[in-house]
Amino acid sequence: MNLIENVSRRISQHRPSQHVSRRGFLQTALANGAFVLSVRFIPQPLFAAEGEAAPAFDASLWMSIASDGTVTIVAHRSEMGCGSRTALPLIVADELDADWSKVRIDQAIGDPKYGEQDTDGSHSVRSNFDLMRRVGATGRVMLISAAAAQWGVPQAECTTEPHFVIHRGSGRKLGYGDLATAAAKLPVPRQENLPLPLKKRSEWRYIGKESNSLFDLPEIVTGQAIFGMDATMPGMVFASVEHPPVLGQKIKSYDDKAALQVAGVQKTLTIETFKPPHQFQPLGGVAVIADNTWATFQGRKSLKIEWDSSPHSIYNSAPFRKTLEATSRQPGKVVRNVGDVDAAFAQSGKSGGKIIEAEFYTPHLAHVSMEPPVAVAEYRNGKVLAWAPTQNPQAVQETIAGVLGIKKEDVTCHVTLLGGGFGRKSKPDQVAEAAVLSKQLGKPVKVVWSREDDIHFDFFHSVAAMYMKAAIGPDGKPTAWLQRTVYPPINSTFDASAKYADDEMGLGWNNLPFDIPNHRAENGPADYHVRIGWLRSVANIYHAFAIQSFADELAHNADKDSVEYLLDLIGPARTVRLDLTGDEAEDAKTFPLDTARLRRVVEIAAEKSGWGKKPMGKGRGLGIAAHRSFLTYVATVVEVEVDNRGQVHIPNVWTAVDAGTIVSPDNVRNQFEGAAVFGTSLALFGEITATNGVIDQSNFDNFQVARMNRAPRHVDVTIVESEAPPAGVGEPGVPPFAPALCNAIFAATGKRVRELPLSKTKLV
Amino acid sequence: MIRFKVNGKDRTFDGDPDMPLLWYLRDVAQLTGTKFGCGMSLCGACTVHQNGAAIRSCVTPMKEVGGAEITTIEGIAAMHPVQKAWMDIRVPQCGYCQTGQIMQAIALLKENKSPSDQDIDVAMSGNICRCGTYQRIRAAIHEAAKHQAAKETA
Repeated sequence: MNLIENVSRRISQHRPSQHVSRRGFLQTALANGAFVLSVRFIPQPLFAAEGEAAPAFDASLWMSIASDGTVTIVAHRSEMGCGSRTALPLIVADELDADWSKVRIDQAIGDPKYGEQDTDGSHSVRSNFDLMRRVGATGRVMLISAAAAQWGVPQAECTTEPHFVIHRGSGRKLGYGDLATAAAKLPVPRQENLPLPLKKRSEWRYIGKESNSLFDLPEIVTGQAIFGMDATMPGMVFASVEHPPVLGQKIKSYDDKAALQVAGVQKTLTIETFKPPHQFQPLGGVAVIADNTWATFQGRKSLKIEWDSSPHSIYNSAPFRKTLEATSRQPGKVVRNVGDVDAAFAQSGKSGGKIIEAEFYTPHLAHVSMEPPVAVAEYRNGKVLAWAPTQNPQAVQETIAGVLGIKKEDVTCHVTLLGGGFGRKSKPDQVAEAAVLSKQLGKPVKVVWSREDDIHFDFFHSVAAMYMKAAIGPDGKPTAWLQRTVYPPINSTFDASAKYADDEMGLGWNNLPFDIPNHRAENGPADYHVRIGWLRSVANIYHAFAIQSFADELAHNADKDSVEYLLDLIGPARTVRLDLTGDEAEDAKTFPLDTARLRRVVEIAAEKSGWGKKPMGKGRGLGIAAHRSFLTYVATVVEVEVDNRGQVHIPNVWTAVDAGTIVSPDNVRNQFEGAAVFGTSLALFGEITATNGVIDQSNFDNFQVARMNRAPRHVDVTIVESEAPPAGVGEPGVPPFAPALCNAIFAATGKRVRELPLSKTKLV
Repeated sequence: MIRFKVNGKDRTFDGDPDMPLLWYLRDVAQLTGTKFGCGMSLCGACTVHQNGAAIRSCVTPMKEVGGAEITTIEGIAAMHPVQKAWMDIRVPQCGYCQTGQIMQAIALLKENKSPSDQDIDVAMSGNICRCGTYQRIRAAIHEAAKHQAAKETA
């Protein structure tokens, strides 16, 4: 057996002093550790960075069994509320046939040996399901082999029940803990040498079961859970940074005399402004170092800083919108072409057919995870140790290594629980700030961002303009459909000259699942003036808003029922032909775009909502939207009530989800309930604007999110039973929500909403 | 010198009297179950009890807690019926706001043993959950109220 360094143990030793170990038995679990399993499986992450070789799983360590029976499973993905940290170990435990109450989870540090660790793109389960199963099954085979040897019986006569190996003939049994030492001496079977006996679906004890709940639930409800905000290091000081108000500004001069008079303030330090492209580098600015967080905030108020100029100070949201919209009316880069849209439009013109055009607009959004960015880091002897609530600990390593000019192997990043992430915490600029300041100070530094910092200096969800045009045939269905989308691309974060979208095209734009003979999807160029980043479901938000709103508009235009029309647009059950390349093409092999699955979620959501069967009354309406994202099929019906003051109430939401195989159904429902609230927030209130390059919003008073009294009263989630490979669940609930809501508003009021947030449109 | 109690223990503070209780609890007393979310009493993540009533510790300066009895999530005897209901309904996603939500809910149920949906809306709408667990929070409060009532009649 290839015994390698016990990562679990290392992590345990580095836990912050406050960390409360789970349950009493954990204390001694690793002290007697005997059976340490390493496996050499190569997972195939579907979103591997371009140009990177498949991550070599050179002797990684995934699980161990101590002689007291404690099973330790390493979670290599971050927990930000989506359940990944629980789901992956559950899969291992199932195939291992472990008793879940005897499982502990150790959070992996950032290390490429775990493969890709960026917990985003709703793919933790999708990309690791098979790997985790094989890890567990390998352990089970070894335990059976150890027991069989001890009893002197053939392995085939042995089986397992949770945490025990059983000899069928004699009924003898041995606990996993008792077998750990013997199992550790056996060679690890390699997957290529034997077909691992994976369980049948009917034998799963945990996968797909209602009883699963978050591993960290007890610690969360008792306040013992350790988030990034709660991490400490001995001897640390606190820091908070006054960033340049406009992206790219540098410090011209500053006066910290008054700041240094503030009680608790120790000193001020500067952080250099990044060199473009900004990537995840610190923004720069003046840091106030103090005895506690409050003093850092107070000190900042007394700083006098003069900033130099930035090319981005020209950024004003109203004129920028006009530019985006003008671009959207011009031909753009073609990203998908079916048939001949131009010929079809010309033909329609000649035959007096109907042409319908519409424009859609959605603003920037901020993530506002409840835990603002925070990190603690120590630089010592050319190495950095960091604790951070990060979605991507390897990006922490790379970013800090780049900024400090050290090797990324010399950056150790531990991952705490994340108080929300939604994509913001894939970008570790605040962790790099802590490392930079620690190097200057010679002691550990905890950097805390205020809510104002979080909103002013986000990696924003992009502002977008969409232009849609359809030629309508005699049956009311489109004969041609042109769609054009324009926004500052995420790529501008990595390439300051980038103007066209890249990965965003796969997010609901180059894969329209409609049965239309002539179709063209285009993308137009745009400049960036703020940092642009991923936000929960990313470009799917504006793409689904335009496509699903336009579809509903065409239904009403044809005087057809919205659900029937949508099913007609989707067309017959088939695999949609997509001309994809790279990762998307790989995805499509395992996850073809199957319109039968899309139709089914539409039918289920409609049926659950009582679509067409109940009288709605004045000011009430139902709206539907369906969208496939992260390889998951979702349809949502929203019931809306618009009162006589024009205020929108959402009594009910019905969502149907086909995400393939599900690990934790209750958690999946929770994700989709939450997605409806996230969708409500962005549809009703979400808007970030800039004036002369400075963000106008600052806290929850002027960047509102849905509170309980504005959230949907009831969200009903139906999970479609499926044996298809697992797809995403964290994000796919978001995209259909806003168009379903706006379609419901049209049904209720006759007002077509083509821009978000709704607060921009007068409804009465 | 400000004297007060936190979770039944006597405490004193002689730092900046304008420092909010939140930062005393987190950075000085190292009771980190109380969370920072906005600093302006807008999100409720910092909710604790002052003499039994829910307050926002992020806007409560230390000079106002003299003589007070402060209770944080760490001072709630686990498993309080509200915490148990939170577990049974499996409310949390990321969990960051949930200690504030639980403190707010405990204060609500102390005053109103059988709150209606409307009562819950009024009491809980100052507490933001960005993950969007409101539906489960409401269900958990009803569940805790039911358990509490059953206990009292038993």
